Amino acid sequence: MENPKELKYSKDHEWVKVEDDIVTVGITDHAQNQLTDIVFIELPEVGKAVEQDGNLGVVESVKSVSDVLCPVSGEVTEINSELETAPEKVNNSPYDEGWMVKIKLSNPSELDTLITAEEYEKQVSGE
Amino acid sequence: MFKTPLNSVHKEMGARMVEFGGWEMPVQYSNLIDEHIATRENAGIFDISHMGEIFIEGPAAGRFLQYLTTNDIKKLSPGRCMYSCFCNNTGGIIDDLFIYMFNDEKYMIVVNAGTIEKDISHINKNIHDYNVKITNKSNDISKLDLQGPKSKEIIKKGTEIDPSTISRFGFVETRIYGHGAIISRTGYTGEDGFEIYISSNKVKEVWKKLLDDGKEYDILPVGLGARDTLRVEAGYSLYGHELNDEISPIEAGIGFVVKNKEEDFIGKEILLKQKKEGTSRKHICFEMMSRQIPREKYVIHDQDDNRIGFVTSGTFSPTFKKGIGMGYIESDIKTGSIININVRNNLAEARVVSRPFYRYKGGN
Repeated sequence: MENPKELKYSKDHEWVKVEDDIVTVGITDHAQNQLTDIVFIELPEVGKAVEQDGNLGVVESVKSVSDVLCPVSGEVTEINSELETAPEKVNNSPYDEGWMVKIKLSNPSELDTLITAEEYEKQVSGE
Repeated sequence: MFKTPLNSVHKEMGARMVEFGGWEMPVQYSNLIDEHIATRENAGIFDISHMGEIFIEGPAAGRFLQYLTTNDIKKLSPGRCMYSCFCNNTGGIIDDLFIYMFNDEKYMIVVNAGTIEKDISHINKNIHDYNVKITNKSNDISKLDLQGPKSKEIIKKGTEIDPSTISRFGFVETRIYGHGAIISRTGYTGEDGFEIYISSNKVKEVWKKLLDDGKEYDILPVGLGARDTLRVEAGYSLYGHELNDEISPIEAGIGFVVKNKEEDFIGKEILLKQKKEGTSRKHICFEMMSRQIPREKYVIHDQDDNRIGFVTSGTFSPTFKKGIGMGYIESDIKTGSIININVRNNLAEARVVSRPFYRYKGGN
């Protein structure tokens, strides 16, 4: 799957879609592919203050538990509650139906620390 | 890292490889859940060549195994196999194993991959003046497990014998695709199926032919990932998780492998005492009441928040589509009771259920 060019990426395999001061966050196609069958997702509560590189949530496959790190700081304004009953959406549609949270940025300059699709692909191919 | 003769075949098939007990093994080929379901509904084939096969031969072979293991060798007859344990003097499990009886003077034991060296040293240390010869054939012998309701139809295509004539826990020495093999009606999945012991230089051919012949039955190659979810559903213990040197078979809920034998055996005194009086630590199976998934080492609490134990195996169950697990508690909690599992510092409710989660349906 192509990593959409219009998104920004973190080195920890999250993607970020910027719309003014609200960003949407999910995990990349590479991440979902490594995790395999996602069967449980734990997301933060709406209103929670989150910090860059802090914990955003947890993704569990049949056999493993992985943290989702927060690519930017801010306040959680919305979560994708459909993932509670349909976590496989992250496998099937990581960049669309599998989005995880929306965050109101508290420090927009953090966006400069994120990398482009091209840089992310270079990183992944070197792993 | 050790490699089985099928290592390159797994990689060619696109398997994801992991380290397991010092071996590089396939954890999944396509998708763990698909592999799990294929085994439950059709058939799965597993490379289990890492496990150890040790032959115990000689006039005292039976008496030696009677002393060395906890189950009763006298209940075996030629062509039958049984589950048993090596225990230490305090009743802890050195390894769990299968014992195959060929005749009074020839037995094969099948042990875990990561414990082969420990087992051999335990055997040698206790050999005393028993007149037996010990041969470790773990490298020469490879093992394929063919499991699932369609396995009988598939194995029929390559064998001279009618697989229906092998009863559960029975085995035959026969040929498969023309190569000498030991085939038993056993497994680690809770399904009907066979374990095939074959010369290591023939295993590639047999693997490929079983996969070809199994195609019409929708067979899938299955990795260690689904092997683990299948065995947890079937309530089987795994060494290093439910079983170790400090846990006895009685505590582990497999007291049926400890028999009140006339003859002396290692651990006899403490094990028979535990069997009679019970133990404070008990094995439980539980299922989650929410979507949370229990994992090894998570702490178990009672409903009053007292810490009562820990999880030894936990997974999402592809069959029941919920979190299931096994663990140890020091409590009198009964089947049906509610306990709490500490999942990332939140207590999640679970119900204690009877073992196994998934019941063997048999086969003929």
